[in-house]
Amino acid sequence: MFNAPPEIRVSDWLKFDQVDRQTEQLLQVFQKSEIVIGMLRGRHGLVLNQKIQVAGALIKATRCRRPEQDQAPGVVLSAKAGQFRKFALHDGVHLYNYFTSRRRKATQQALPIDTLPPLLLVCGLMGQPTGLRCTPLNEIHRTSGGRMVEFGGWDMPVQYSGIIEEHNTVRRAAGLFDVSHMGEIEIRGPEAARLLDYVTTNAVQKQQLGTARYSALLYEHGGFVDDILVHRVTESEFFLCVNASNQEKDFRRICALNRWKAEVEFASDRYAQLAIQGPRALATLQDLTRVDLAGIQYYHFLDGAVDGAPARIARTGYTGEDGFEIYIPPADSGRLWNRILEAGRKFGIKPCGLGARNTLRLEAKMALYGHEIGASITPLEADLGWIVKMDKGEFAGRRALEKQLQAGVRRKLIGFEMRGRGIGREGYEVFVEGQAAGWVTSGGPSPTLNRNIGLCYLPADRAAVGRPIQILIRGQLVDAETVATPFYKRAK
Amino acid sequence: MYPENYRYTKEHEWVNVEGDTGTVGITFHAQEELGDIVYIDLPKVGTHIELGKTFGSVESVKAVSDIYAPVSGEVAEVNESLADAPEMLNRDPHGAAWLVKIKLSAPEELSQLLSAADYQAYAGEEKG
Repeated sequence: MFNAPPEIRVSDWLKFDQVDRQTEQLLQVFQKSEIVIGMLRGRHGLVLNQKIQVAGALIKATRCRRPEQDQAPGVVLSAKAGQFRKFALHDGVHLYNYFTSRRRKATQQALPIDTLPPLLLVCGLMGQPTGLRCTPLNEIHRTSGGRMVEFGGWDMPVQYSGIIEEHNTVRRAAGLFDVSHMGEIEIRGPEAARLLDYVTTNAVQKQQLGTARYSALLYEHGGFVDDILVHRVTESEFFLCVNASNQEKDFRRICALNRWKAEVEFASDRYAQLAIQGPRALATLQDLTRVDLAGIQYYHFLDGAVDGAPARIARTGYTGEDGFEIYIPPADSGRLWNRILEAGRKFGIKPCGLGARNTLRLEAKMALYGHEIGASITPLEADLGWIVKMDKGEFAGRRALEKQLQAGVRRKLIGFEMRGRGIGREGYEVFVEGQAAGWVTSGGPSPTLNRNIGLCYLPADRAAVGRPIQILIRGQLVDAETVATPFYKRAK
Repeated sequence: MYPENYRYTKEHEWVNVEGDTGTVGITFHAQEELGDIVYIDLPKVGTHIELGKTFGSVESVKAVSDIYAPVSGEVAEVNESLADAPEMLNRDPHGAAWLVKIKLSAPEELSQLLSAADYQAYAGEEKG
C-alpha cells in the first residue's frame, strides 16, 4: 500500500508538554504537517537526532523537555503526516514493539519501575489523533461499523451490531473478535520451564507439549501481576498470552526473575490475535485450514496455516463457548478477518466487540484483571486456587499464599444475582445484614439468563451460596442473593 | 429524525410541551450512543424535579447514564411500561418510550432549549 518512504523533513522538535495533553494539542501539532507519533520516557536504546526507519517509514527521535511530573528525560518521536498513517494504522504495534525491544537489549536486568518508559502511541484516521494504541485491524473496525472506545489505552471496538445481539450470536452460532491488543511473550532455552515454574503459579515442567494452561504471575506478597495463558510449544519453548495493558509489566517481571538466563522475548509485534468463538466456530474456521480442528482438544493448540497464513491455532477462549484463538502475523490479520467472516456467513457469524466479550466472560465467571483480580488480590481469594500448584516447589508469591492458607482466606469472590430491581455494577458496595461487607467486581445484565448478575468480594465466612445480600445502588439497598457459579456453562 | 415541535438539551433529553405539561424523553442520538438499554430508573409521581438536575438514570449493558431534567416541575405521570420493556427506548425514543410527564413550574425555561435543527447539528458534531 505504501511505496518507498518519501524524504522526511524534520523541523523543530515538538515539546513534551504539547504531546502530554494529548488530543487537543495534538490537533495543533497536526497543522504543522509533522506529527508526534510517540514519546518515551526514561532510558531507551535510541540515538537522538538520528533518523530511523521503522516499518518502511522514517521517523526521528528528539529530546524533549523535562515534563513537570515525570523527572526522567524523555524523547519525542516525530514523522511527516503522510508517514504517520502507515505505522499508526497498519503497524502501530510494530512500531511500539520496535522500541520496547530496543530497550530490552540495554536493560535485560530488572529496572526500577519509575525509570520505565511508557510509550504513547498516537494513532488516528483522517486527521483525528486519539492518543491510543491501535491493533492492525483498527482501520477495518473504523470503516466497517465498529463503535470505537478507549480500553486500557487501546482504541478498540466496543460493539458492532449491539452487545446483546453479539452476545447471543456467540452463544448460538459464532462471533469473531479482534483481540490483537493482547500481548505475547516467548520464552526459550533449556531452563525456560524452570523460569516459568518460578514466575507462574501453575505447573509448567509437567505441562505437556501442545497444551495451554491458565496461570498467574504473582508478586511476592501473593497479589496478581497478571493472569496469563502459558502454551508449551516444545520442551524448551513457551508462548505466553498476557493482558494488553499488563504486557510491559509482565515482561519486566519475568526478566527481573530470570536467574536461569532463559531467552525472554517481547513478541507482541509479531502477532495479531483473532478469537472465533461459539458452537459454529469450528465449522467456520475449518473452511480455511487443513488442520483437523476437531482433533485439537480443549486447551490444546497446533501450529498450522489459516488461509495460507502461518497460525498458532489454540482451542481456547474467554466466552464460555467452544472456539479458537489464532495467533497470526499482523500483515495477514485484515485478510483473515474478512475471510473468517465470509466463511461463517452461512452460520450467521458476526463481528463482535469488547462489550460482548465482557458479558460472555462474566457469565462464564472468567476473571478480568483490574476487576476480579489485581495486585492486592491473591488467587486463593479470587477462587482460582486451582491454578496454584503448591506442591511444585518454590515460586514467586508462594510464601504469602502458604501463610494465607494457614491463616485462612479472609475474603472470597462469589457470584450474585439481583432479586430486586436494579443492576449491581463494578465498585458498588455489598451489604450483609445491614453492614457494608464487600464490593462488586463486575456486574451487569446476563443476556443468556435474562437476569442481572455479578461477582463480588465478601468476608470468607459470609461467602456462601444462597444467602441474601444487598447492593447499594444510587443510595438505595437493593436485594440480591449469592449464587453458584459459573452463571452459564455450555452443554458439552 | 428529530420532531420539530420538541425542544432538546445538550444532555440529550427532549421535551414536548402541550398546555402546561411537558413529556420528557431521551433522544435517538442518546439511545444510539448508549447501545442496548436494559434498565431505567425513574422518579415517582409527585416528585419535584429541577432544570438541569438528575431525576433518573438509564442503564445500557455497559454503563449507567444520568437523565437531566430539561424543565422544572412536578412529575405528573411515569411511563410504567418501560420497567418491563426498557429495550423500547432503543426502538421508539421519541414516541412510545417517553419517560415522564412533568407539570411545568417555569415554562419560560423552554426558551433556553435547543430547536430540532440546532440539536441535530449539535448531536452530529458530537458524533464527529
